[in-house]
Amino acid sequence: MNEPIYSASAKHENFDCLVRGLWKENPVLVSLLGCCPTLAVSNSVINAVSMGLATTFVLICSSALISMLRRFIPKEVRIGTFIVIIATFVTVADYLIQAISLEIHKALGAFLALIVVNCIILGRAEAFASKNTIAKSILDAIGSGIGFTLAIVCMGTIREILGNGSFAGIDLFGPSFEPWVIMILPCGGFFIFGTLMLGANIVNTRQRAKAKLGA
Amino acid sequence: MKSNYLSIVLRTSPHLSRGLSVETVMRQVIYALLPVTAMAIYTFGQSAALLLITTTLTCVLTEWIYTRLGRQEPTIGDWSAALTGLLLGLTLPPAFPLWMGVIGSIVSILVGKMIFGGLGCNIFNPALVGRAFLQASFPVAITTWSEAFAPDRFQYCASSTLAAPFLRPMVDAVSGATPLAAMKFSHQTTIVGDLFFGLTSGSTGETSAVLILLGGLYLAWRHLLDWRIPLAIMLSVALFSGIFWLAAPDRYPDPLFMLFSGGLMLGAVFMATDMVTSPLTPLGVWIYGGLIGLLVVVIRLLGGLPEGVMYAILLGNAFTPLISRMTGTKVYGTNRKLLSWK
Repeated sequence: MNEPIYSASAKHENFDCLVRGLWKENPVLVSLLGCCPTLAVSNSVINAVSMGLATTFVLICSSALISMLRRFIPKEVRIGTFIVIIATFVTVADYLIQAISLEIHKALGAFLALIVVNCIILGRAEAFASKNTIAKSILDAIGSGIGFTLAIVCMGTIREILGNGSFAGIDLFGPSFEPWVIMILPCGGFFIFGTLMLGANIVNTRQRAKAKLGA
Repeated sequence: MKSNYLSIVLRTSPHLSRGLSVETVMRQVIYALLPVTAMAIYTFGQSAALLLITTTLTCVLTEWIYTRLGRQEPTIGDWSAALTGLLLGLTLPPAFPLWMGVIGSIVSILVGKMIFGGLGCNIFNPALVGRAFLQASFPVAITTWSEAFAPDRFQYCASSTLAAPFLRPMVDAVSGATPLAAMKFSHQTTIVGDLFFGLTSGSTGETSAVLILLGGLYLAWRHLLDWRIPLAIMLSVALFSGIFWLAAPDRYPDPLFMLFSGGLMLGAVFMATDMVTSPLTPLGVWIYGGLIGLLVVVIRLLGGLPEGVMYAILLGNAFTPLISRMTGTKVYGTNRKLLSWK
């Protein structure tokens, strides 16, 4: 595998690795990866934050290890190897959350174990970490992880405020607030997901149109 | 798979046009709904009038703002937004909080219609999309029914109607169970005559079967409505509920009750017949109506909800493209169907 040649633009390239995942290639809003946890556990801010952080942790660790081992993993069995590495870190995250708060562990339920099959992690491993240096892979993982966390927390905030009248468990509007039950239900997740994607697409389309005009 | 989206399709005569515009059709449907609307206001008084005005105005305003923001031609002149708002208002309970009505109207127009590209591109009936959203959002408010013909209905407006935005509505002491809820939860039947003339409690516009049928007959006479759709739905409901009734008459209501109670008439005549969301072929229309009727009976008699017309029509809408394609006419001289994928 060819290493990228060091050049003056390397710093810029590293920075690009980091910020790409935040907006331009946001794993949830643009690439539509990891929809399952995004829809399932975004019904409250705390769930969303813990899911985002757990996924980011697994993403960073597995990207680093996969990038480290990228010369030793045979091409034929790479997916299986990636899964084993990811599963290791998911187990670590699982026990970690169990130790920190049993409540959050219960709320996340099966979706914590399902981080193993989260497309974002496998996607970054296959598309980036298995081909790039450790430093770059870690930067890329941090960017994607934060992008995922931002998107899921955004959804969690909207859904919790409308569906429960609270933010991270703090009551915002008092007892006479009428909750929008739909926002807590799965269909509300789809509604907000669609709305956020719509917003992201509008912004991106306008930017592209502006860039075209400028060029 | 070859798309015939851009290919030219030749059809045989008649090529003469009736000069019928979208605006005319929508206006005629609104005229046909006027008696129903008047009856709704007479039955439920001030609250119903306020609710109908609110939903209609909000729908028109939403569409106007949307076209304005998107720098498109304004489309509110075709009356379809006003019709959506009126239909949405007619499917809601009379003492429904106005702020919830506003949210339902915005969802109807934005999510039900404009997001798909405006009138003619929507896959679901917009008014029912708004109602489904409200049903899932505010399950308590949408099943709180006020009594029909309350003596002070013209002087006094239900306190829940004027609930402050985003706050829980206060429920009035007097509330009436709908005939369907009474049937489902306490096995009380209502006299069919009361259902027919609209002397019962229910959504604002669904109570009077006779006025809805008159409006439907007027539209069918003007050829603005496919008479097969309401007929197919009613026949299908009568058939399937008849089977249940014959099997266990003490457990299930008779077909006449099923036909005239709840939103079946309003749904069959004014919602399922939406030209955009119903199949194009005569045979397809029969299948579509039969499917909706079957779903209504299944949801009402076997499901957890007392009323299922809304979901039945939305599911029927979802099947519409498939039904249209399956029953498309054969293109002359070839083996393929007009609307088929091949």
